[in-house]
Amino acid sequence: MTLTLIIIAMALVTYLPRVLPVFIMDHLQFPGWVNKWLKAIPYAALGALIVPGIFTVEPGAPVVGVIGGLVAAVIAYFRGHIMIVIIAAIAAAFIIQRF
Amino acid sequence: MREEHLEEMHSTTYSEDYWHGLKLAVPVILGYLPIAISFGVLAVQTGLSFFHALLMSMTVYAGASQFMALNMLAIGTVGLEIILATFILNVRHFVMSISLFSNLQHIPKRWQAILAQGITDESFALASLKQKELGTHPSAAIYLGIFSGAFGMWVIGTGIGALIGNVVPDALSDSMGIALYALFIGLLVPAIRAYRKIGLIAAGSAGLCWIFSLYLSEGWAIVLATVFGSLIGVWMLEEDKE
Repeated sequence: MTLTLIIIAMALVTYLPRVLPVFIMDHLQFPGWVNKWLKAIPYAALGALIVPGIFTVEPGAPVVGVIGGLVAAVIAYFRGHIMIVIIAAIAAAFIIQRF
Repeated sequence: MREEHLEEMHSTTYSEDYWHGLKLAVPVILGYLPIAISFGVLAVQTGLSFFHALLMSMTVYAGASQFMALNMLAIGTVGLEIILATFILNVRHFVMSISLFSNLQHIPKRWQAILAQGITDESFALASLKQKELGTHPSAAIYLGIFSGAFGMWVIGTGIGALIGNVVPDALSDSMGIALYALFIGLLVPAIRAYRKIGLIAAGSAGLCWIFSLYLSEGWAIVLATVFGSLIGVWMLEEDKE
């Protein structure tokens, strides 16, 4: 399979879950608890995406991801700009790997 | 009088709405730049051509699975596994799409179908966090502004990264994989700061994801942890709260 075909197939299977709800939830009315569930999803997704993935940023050296993530969290907590957060995390990971 | 006032409030044009959306998306737009550059750099270093790197960002447009695909290509995985893993990893967008479009039923289907391509973890998180600001019946144009801004920067950044990929030293590109996680953290931490119970939802699903990942593939672990972890919100969140 050529790389172009792989990418196009990846695009299709990515678009499908994104677009399906548009056509299947026409007359769906959710009870209150489902709405709360849906509202919690972005935060749950972020949590699940961060852990355990961050431990494998540098294969075999989980400390790189952990310290980079802590740097990001501290800067984000003190309202640092999102771009500073990202660049500082890259810099932290870079410095740790030098040791 | 009162009705007139309401009319006035809704009289913003589509292009005003589009710019409003674009402005709202600035944190994600700027946050995407270093990540997209990271992706472009790593793609070229993995052996992808400039064309393929750009094609992936334009059509797949899903950061986590694009990085994962690079990992799999680097270790010589065949196509079908990459496609299946991409699907499993992105099934979570199905749930996000339900959440998003449950508030957008007033928008024509063809616009919803276009907007659907713009759903990523980050743009979805942003769009849901700003829901109060967007009002009860936000126009498609405002979401088009949010989503196209993020998408545009993702593609531009990928192009920049793919162009400079061969001159970036390995020591630096090895560190760029953290960029995606830094963005996730940068979106999550301010939300927790504003409303601490969100931290319990995120920590709960992070813990679930870690447990699931011991027994399942990464993609399935993320999907199941998101679905079950967000159930914590049913007890934690108050009805009137975001």
